[in-house]
Amino acid sequence: MSHENMNLTLKVWRQKNKDAKGNFETHQVKEVSPDMSFLEMFDVLNERLITEGKDPIAFDHDCREGICGMCSMFIDGRPHGPVKGVTTCQLHMRSFKDGDTVVVEPWRSAAFPVVKDLAVNRSAFDRIIAAGGFVSVNTGNSKDANNILIPKDEADDAFNAAACIGCGACVATCKNGSAMLFVSAKVSQLALLPQGQVERENRVLGMVAQMDEEGFGTCTVTGACEVECPKGISLENIARMNREYVAASAKKKD
Amino acid sequence: MSREHIFKSSLGKKLVMGITGLFLITFLLVHVGCNACIFANDGGVLFNEVAHFMAHNFFIRVMEVVLFAGIFTHAIQALLITLHNKKARPIAYAVTTNKNTKWYSRSMGILGSLLLIFFVVHWANFWVPTKIAVYTNQEHNTFEEMKTVFANPLFVGIYLVGVISLCYHLLHGFPSAFQTLGLNNKKYTPILKKAGAIYAVAVCTLFALMPITMYLGLIK
Ligand code: SF4
Ligand code: FES
Repeated sequence: MSHENMNLTLKVWRQKNKDAKGNFETHQVKEVSPDMSFLEMFDVLNERLITEGKDPIAFDHDCREGICGMCSMFIDGRPHGPVKGVTTCQLHMRSFKDGDTVVVEPWRSAAFPVVKDLAVNRSAFDRIIAAGGFVSVNTGNSKDANNILIPKDEADDAFNAAACIGCGACVATCKNGSAMLFVSAKVSQLALLPQGQVERENRVLGMVAQMDEEGFGTCTVTGACEVECPKGISLENIARMNREYVAASAKKKD
Repeated sequence: MSREHIFKSSLGKKLVMGITGLFLITFLLVHVGCNACIFANDGGVLFNEVAHFMAHNFFIRVMEVVLFAGIFTHAIQALLITLHNKKARPIAYAVTTNKNTKWYSRSMGILGSLLLIFFVVHWANFWVPTKIAVYTNQEHNTFEEMKTVFANPLFVGIYLVGVISLCYHLLHGFPSAFQTLGLNNKKYTPILKKAGAIYAVAVCTLFALMPITMYLGLIK
């Protein structure tokens, strides 16, 4: 790990639109500071492409602090790059060395079509949420926070599941293109809390049905998602979703 | 939504894999237990008694049908899931890593296919001749048959490849089945993983020792 600026070769996927046949484009990026984030390195490259009158590389980003889940880049074979527990925006160039060749691809999933270059359309996740990932709330006066007691370990599990930022890295890395880590995190965070009980059964049935309809694959428990998830969502959530699903199917009246 | 969704959905398909898988895991215990009788080294007396009982017991006959149904359901369901999963990732990555998964977890399809090929040989060696003997009311010495088959180094090789494939298939399949059926937490999962590894290695070592000891003439 050097503290000197470095020169890198980037191989980036370029694709005009959803239906275009993309290809890799090679760029030399010079004098990259080790303190830059991976996205800032792309900003520098894009500035140059713009001054050269070329089309800048499209990529998604928003918060740049690891909480929005937008910065989907598949870097050297891993979603969000080589460092565990970080998103691309939090990946720093000090994780690379001078002279490295870095290959950057979009998420590859039938359910996440490429919009342009590295940007993919992840609205399939939004439709899964709309199919049940919510709770009904009582309107009226706000209640005392201690009205509803929640055991500490359940609160912890719910909170850990709720850390999922919907980035799609789990789908991107899974050889089956399965979205089960994401869906199970969303099912779990609500199923564990008293507020989530009203829609508990319809939620898991609805979200799983939508997940299948979007064309995501089926989990074969390789565990890649758990390793690559920037928020450390665990496979325990998928097991919980499986339980929820069986119980909900058994209880369903029609 | 009707109730049949449970078998059509991705989760339902996995449930079928898990349930049939656990059933096959149970069967293997019975199978290895019966065959281990050759290690009594009594010229196959005990083994042939057990084999005769298994071939003529009504309950075991019924379970045999269930067993074949289980194997084929497991295989066909796996094929359907694999085809579906291929469609979910239509364009492959230029660069991928193998650091985040175990090779045998990624290769269950290949291991399973090897096992199916092995089963064809295995059934031709033992199951078919036993059936013919039972239906033509002939005496059948399965022990002698084992000795003949395992005198051939080619068969010994095929059986060893089959057993090694089985071992890795089980190493992934055993804990996975419980995960799919919803059992995974900090308390039980480490125990299940260990139990699965012990089970896979023990069963497969026993199976592997059968052709090896017979080939070497240690079992008479
Ligand atoms: S489970 Fe992890 S990898 Fe998947 S969408 Fe949520 S945060 Fe991203
Ligand atoms: S840009 Fe928001 S998580 Fe990376």
